[in-house]
Amino acid sequence: MSSPSPLPSDSGARVDAPASIDLAAILREARVTDALEQLDRELVGLIPVKTRLREIAAFLAVEKARSGLGMVSGAPSLHMSFTGNPGTGKTTVAQRIAEILHRLGFVRKGHLISVTRDDLVGQYIGHTAPKTKEVLKRAMGGVLFIDEAYYLYRPENERDYGQEAIEILLQVMENQRDDLVVILAGYKDRMDTFFRSNPGFSSRIAHHIDFPDYSADELGQIAEGMLQRMQYHFDAAAKQAFDEYIKRRQSLPHFANARSIRNALDRARLRQASRLCRIAGKVDAEALSTITGEDIRASRVFAESSRSD
Amino acid sequence: MMTNIGSRLTQGQFSFLPDLTDVQITAQINYALERGWAIGIEYTDDPHPRNTYWEMYGNPMFDLKDPAGILKEINDCRKAFPRHYIRVTAFDATRGWETPRMSYIVNRPAVEPGFMLMREERDGRSIRYTVRSYATEKPESERY
Repeated sequence: MSSPSPLPSDSGARVDAPASIDLAAILREARVTDALEQLDRELVGLIPVKTRLREIAAFLAVEKARSGLGMVSGAPSLHMSFTGNPGTGKTTVAQRIAEILHRLGFVRKGHLISVTRDDLVGQYIGHTAPKTKEVLKRAMGGVLFIDEAYYLYRPENERDYGQEAIEILLQVMENQRDDLVVILAGYKDRMDTFFRSNPGFSSRIAHHIDFPDYSADELGQIAEGMLQRMQYHFDAAAKQAFDEYIKRRQSLPHFANARSIRNALDRARLRQASRLCRIAGKVDAEALSTITGEDIRASRVFAESSRSD
Repeated sequence: MMTNIGSRLTQGQFSFLPDLTDVQITAQINYALERGWAIGIEYTDDPHPRNTYWEMYGNPMFDLKDPAGILKEINDCRKAFPRHYIRVTAFDATRGWETPRMSYIVNRPAVEPGFMLMREERDGRSIRYTVRSYATEKPESERY
């Protein structure tokens, strides 16, 4: 069975199998190129992630072509781990992956179930297994995304029920590879510790993808994209102020990449609203959608650093 | 119904057909899932036609998207009760229906002895009829 000849069990494959298959057609039919381009358009930066996604998409297309020609194509292991700092787009990418895998026909339904330790681990003996199995059942045919997966394993408490959830997960990841794809996500260093103490996990995951931090430029682009989607825009002074803000914020503790940017924009919108209400009187659409330099510079980040300077 | 055609219990859907394969069961589950019906797995060793309430294997399954999880559950149930009757029901919670919309047997014992027609003589010459399963003559753990 290991030779790349037509499967003998597949009756008729030898006769019906076409001599060649158009790879581009497979990609076109599955609209994978669309999904990848959309990913390129909507997600700023993340080059290593996008490269790996392209590779996976290409590999899946080739697998599909191979099975179309009646060649041996074992169901590829698609379990992944996403590591990276907070706010680097792990969840967003997981959602896209579910869609891409669905289009290529490697998951049947293409939905994403996002869970954390709470959803998998029970509170008393015998509670964990049914809970984990319940979640797995819901995720069948789609993608199971386990955020902050390292919380499943608590080495300080040897009677922790997390271990039970891990065992069930491993079993399903191995035996029902065609039925669901598991994606683990978390911060780099803690995930590394987690994989070291659970080697079974590490070896069952084919794709370890590391999400890099965004550069200041990329964060600027992300901010503009977010504003555009909310129908706001910066004026010239605000643009400059925000670039400065990003640089200052990056050096402060608890910086969470795109998430910090989103929070900063939310606060800027708050300040814009209170500024408009202070002035009162008639406002036009332009005033309602413009964020000025003043709205940005009122931020705590500027205040603190000027005090410390 | 009581004549035990082909020594097979004929209750629910598809019961005059050969046993459903896993692929066919998957297709049926898919049909139910597409309509948003909750699926339950039930088992019993008392096949009397008026025995409506079978034991549930696990909880009824809501919010599922794909049949793979349910099929796994069915196979677990078959492993736990290889010689019991197992059926899959799909419950429609829509107002106005609120009832099982599908019910079919997915596992049955190797030998099904069928039912006996019992006659009870009453006052005068009147007779009451009832059926009882030959299998239930034995205690619970020894049937089939």
